[in-house]
Amino acid sequence: MPQFTTPAELEAYRREVLSGRDSAKPCITLCSGSACHATGSNKVAAAIALEIEKQGVAAEVDFRRTGCHGFCEQGPIVVIYPQGVCYLKVQPEDIEEIITKSIKEQQVVERLIYADPNTGERTPLEEEIPFYKNQQRLILGSNLKIDPKNLDDYIAVGGFQALVKVLFEMTSEQVVDEVKSAKLRGRGGAGFPSGVKWDFARQAPGAQKYVVVNCDEGDPGAYMDRSVMEGNPFAVLEGLMIGAYAIGASEGYVYVRQEYPLAVENLAVALKKAAESGLLGTDILGSGFDFTVKVHRGAGAFICGEETSLLNSLEGKPGEPNARPPFPATKGLWGKPTNINNVETWANIPLIINKGAAAFSSIGTEGSKGTKIFSLVGKVNNTGLVEVPMGATLRDIIFKIGGGVPGGKKFKAVQTGGPSGGCLPESLLDTKVDFDELTKAGAMMGSGGMIVMDEDTCLVDIARYFLAFLSDESCGKCTPCREGIRQMLKILTNMTQGRGKEGDIELLQTLAEATLGSSMCALGKTAPNPVLSTLTHFRDEYAAHIHNRKCPALSCKALIAYYIEPEKCKGCGACFRVCPAAAIEGEKKQVHVVTQHKCTKCGGCLEACPAAFDAVRVLSGEPVPEPVAAEA
Amino acid sequence: MDIGIIDEIIDKHGGESGALIQILLDIQGAVNWLPKEALARVSEKLSVPMSRIQHITTFYKTFSLTPKGRHEIHVCLGTACHVRGAQDILATVEEVTGVKPGETDPDLNFSVETVSCLGCCALGPVMVVDGEYHGNVKPAETAKVLSQLKLTETAEALEKLKQSETAEVLNLCACQ
Repeated sequence: MPQFTTPAELEAYRREVLSGRDSAKPCITLCSGSACHATGSNKVAAAIALEIEKQGVAAEVDFRRTGCHGFCEQGPIVVIYPQGVCYLKVQPEDIEEIITKSIKEQQVVERLIYADPNTGERTPLEEEIPFYKNQQRLILGSNLKIDPKNLDDYIAVGGFQALVKVLFEMTSEQVVDEVKSAKLRGRGGAGFPSGVKWDFARQAPGAQKYVVVNCDEGDPGAYMDRSVMEGNPFAVLEGLMIGAYAIGASEGYVYVRQEYPLAVENLAVALKKAAESGLLGTDILGSGFDFTVKVHRGAGAFICGEETSLLNSLEGKPGEPNARPPFPATKGLWGKPTNINNVETWANIPLIINKGAAAFSSIGTEGSKGTKIFSLVGKVNNTGLVEVPMGATLRDIIFKIGGGVPGGKKFKAVQTGGPSGGCLPESLLDTKVDFDELTKAGAMMGSGGMIVMDEDTCLVDIARYFLAFLSDESCGKCTPCREGIRQMLKILTNMTQGRGKEGDIELLQTLAEATLGSSMCALGKTAPNPVLSTLTHFRDEYAAHIHNRKCPALSCKALIAYYIEPEKCKGCGACFRVCPAAAIEGEKKQVHVVTQHKCTKCGGCLEACPAAFDAVRVLSGEPVPEPVAAEA
Repeated sequence: MDIGIIDEIIDKHGGESGALIQILLDIQGAVNWLPKEALARVSEKLSVPMSRIQHITTFYKTFSLTPKGRHEIHVCLGTACHVRGAQDILATVEEVTGVKPGETDPDLNFSVETVSCLGCCALGPVMVVDGEYHGNVKPAETAKVLSQLKLTETAEALEKLKQSETAEVLNLCACQ
């Protein structure tokens, strides 16, 4: 492990690393983020190592396991540099061909490259795939180039240059001013100006101060922070160190969910290597700046994403929030001034210092600068992580990058901001992603979850889903949040089960406003958002549930029935065979009938019925016709 | 349970009361649940009242105060999985195993848990069985995977029974 005691040594080492690397030498990179992990990237990695050995090309090719590439739909992903040829959904049995063709013969394995789902046109290069081409990957870009456990890799891409610049060329006030003039806003959800927050902590009296990384990413359907932490932990660390220098802290904490084992592991390795090489500890690089970092694993509580709850949890207590003020900037961890930022916010800091505030703030909109990572999921073709400049429209993200809705279904809504956010309809697709614009539209930026919904998604059920989640996660400390959410959930559950009543909508509205106005922390204050936004944009769905006992999306189980149309059924038995509840009756060549009281409404019959017959129908808000005995 | 493991974990964290959650996480990791004796030991060594430990172990989702089954099934109920039909998967899991979320069957065969997001939304709906991911699952497929597991479980139990019976017979023979 190299030892750095001066900036010059670090710089010399960087040159040494770079000179030892031949940019023309082929390098096989394999995405090893959590999603690719789940699709078998470990087996692919073993196959690559074995095949390199077998074909005797160890001297001619490098192999690197990197963090998340973002195109999770198509994992495991292998990219061959320097050309940047991208292979998707790679399996161990593909490796032999990849190495023979791509490395030895400099050809492309056609069958594994990206094919446009509509035109079938094939694109070999990663940067030309529409999913990547329309993004601006300032933060995620490095994930593709570095092995998160390799300090040399991070140093090679310019790592710790920002830290050196800050430690030796800038005062703490200048650093804060730089972040202020970059107009960086916190990426965790609230969008508070980071520089202003830093300044509060810097000016707060006290010799002992703390900096904290919030990696308690609890939003269901969002995994931006995990990918940054897994893929580039050194960048987060560098940002944290710069923040510590700026506010005068000598100790830092990283609060990371234990549900993210790979993030915990990669972070621990990064911290160990940084400490061993003198980049953490006392008198870092001879600057006189001391800094150490501890990792705290979260034990599973959504509320711990809220900063005061997180700090309580760090102290070994239950993660319940405190009333603010006092803000953590004056009275935080162990009662000392503390600055706490989200993973993505910290990862932006080295970028701002290296490129300068002016360059950073030239990207984005008037009120929101830089880029933002979104986790684009749900009913969308290209599920994955998307990084775009602030100001990109929802339409561009969902259709240009995301490739639209799969299966020829119609787009219905997009939910941004997780459980605290809202659902926006098609008419608002031209809204720009920007902290203020999204809030104005009735949703919010949140930490970056973006869930696409199609015509089959019931928005009343979505509101119920989020409230069920929040009711479970509310810490229960304050009454409006605990009871308000519970009562709203009760009403919504009734609606989705066919027990909605006249006046429910008005009652929901009143409860939502009360919860919003009187809860103590952000969880309760934003909990009604999923209800309010769906009430605004999809009120007719609520009305249909209450007045007609009908779920227009045909999704609420209690309000639908599966029915086999006698005139279309050919008695093939396909539905009969898949039904897990034995609810379908009918002899071969006879019309089949769904026995309603046995049916669990899993939808298996609908899927099994051959498209040529198309005999299974989903009914809602109308009676199921009596069965008629007839020959098929 | 070997109390030595508990002591080792406590010592690793320097016996600090601020590390309580980290200690409990490590114990949970080592023995898969939090036995009462382990908690009593933590309370004693850290000088933290049992009431606070109870508060923490019931507040955070990771902690389990009951033993887990041999097979752990996690069904993701994140938003992306929800819109892709995770509820149907959960219903099937409950039906096949007879175990409700957060519970374990009396024979300690299966534990069923729901998770709010596994972060592999591209694979939704996702079910994880003993650490193995099953992505884009349908109810029929779920039932198949679990029934298979149940069959193996029954076969193993029978095998065990047989072995113990054989042992008994052998013992009897030895006695005579």
